[in-house]
Amino acid sequence: MPRQPAAEAASVSPRVSLAALFGCFVEITFSSFGGAVAWAYRVLVEKRRWLTAREFAELWSLGQALPGPNIVNVAIFIGARYHGALGALVAFTGLILAPLVVWVPLGALYGQVGQLDAVRAVLRGVAVVAAGLLLATGLKMAQPARRDPRALIITALAFVGVGVLHWPLLVVLLLLAPVSIALVGRQAS
Amino acid sequence: MTVRVLLDLILVFAPLSLVAVGGVMVVLPDIHRQVVEVHGWLTDAQFADLFALARAAPGPNVLLVSLIGWQAAGWAGALVATLAMCGPSAVVAYVAARLWRRFRDAPWRRPVQAGMVPISAGLVLATALVVAGAVETTPLGYLVVALTVVLVLRTRLHPLLLMAGAAALALAGWL
Repeated sequence: MPRQPAAEAASVSPRVSLAALFGCFVEITFSSFGGAVAWAYRVLVEKRRWLTAREFAELWSLGQALPGPNIVNVAIFIGARYHGALGALVAFTGLILAPLVVWVPLGALYGQVGQLDAVRAVLRGVAVVAAGLLLATGLKMAQPARRDPRALIITALAFVGVGVLHWPLLVVLLLLAPVSIALVGRQAS
Repeated sequence: MTVRVLLDLILVFAPLSLVAVGGVMVVLPDIHRQVVEVHGWLTDAQFADLFALARAAPGPNVLLVSLIGWQAAGWAGALVATLAMCGPSAVVAYVAARLWRRFRDAPWRRPVQAGMVPISAGLVLATALVVAGAVETTPLGYLVVALTVVLVLRTRLHPLLLMAGAAALALAGWL
């Protein structure tokens, strides 16, 4: 029986089987049109309720501060939280290896059909909605701190630094994290 | 020959895995240099096509690395490149997850977690801006972006329905 870190898991969903873990990340990965974050939020917070909105934002930022694809790090965290190393491996497999099997053969096909106007039009339509979906997800993630003007300023600075000024993520994190922890985090505790 | 290529794939992607803070897109220029200029696994045009596909296909962006590995050395290449890109950082994440749990009652953890929340939201909004900026569309397209935001925040409509609708509009030449 895998270890159950009850204190952390109790707030949301106390029991998650390995099969559910695998299914969850397969579901996230195959619906991740235009970036995984919006779909990870939808599945983990709204559908399965394994995380609250705040927990999701915390995990996501932690994943962002570490090297490697963000959604992979989040999968490792959640897998490890419910089933230790085995859980991390199962979540990773669902997230990465499942789409590999499906999408790599399509890569060859794309070389032939990628230039078709119809294919390009469909991708354009998907990308437009993906942008809106990402915006909505960012707004949802800002929700827990919406009454704190200092938190809103930090959100705006992170947005401008990475989105408008195109500064490296690492630089923005190193500059903003200490300020945010001192101003926003202290008050929350 | 193939073993040599597989080894090269590991040597290219495993180090990048450990410096890719923020994800694959951060090290994209390095990937392009190694894959196209140094090793010649792909031409510039092939790289651009695979990049477009990896962005469009549902799945993590790391799919780009899988496709590069596949071009270089078939299925074995796809698997090796993907594991080289994700493996080292996944081990780091696992160690971090264990440490994070060990310190769950530490007095500094609560403020650190709470302090990261507003940054995270800002970074996701920045990603949205980058995605929106990369789309070549009509003014109606921006209306669809705005409509999507409202519908996702206010209703439980499945985003795939919106995507299907937008794809239909684009096929009709309106987006």
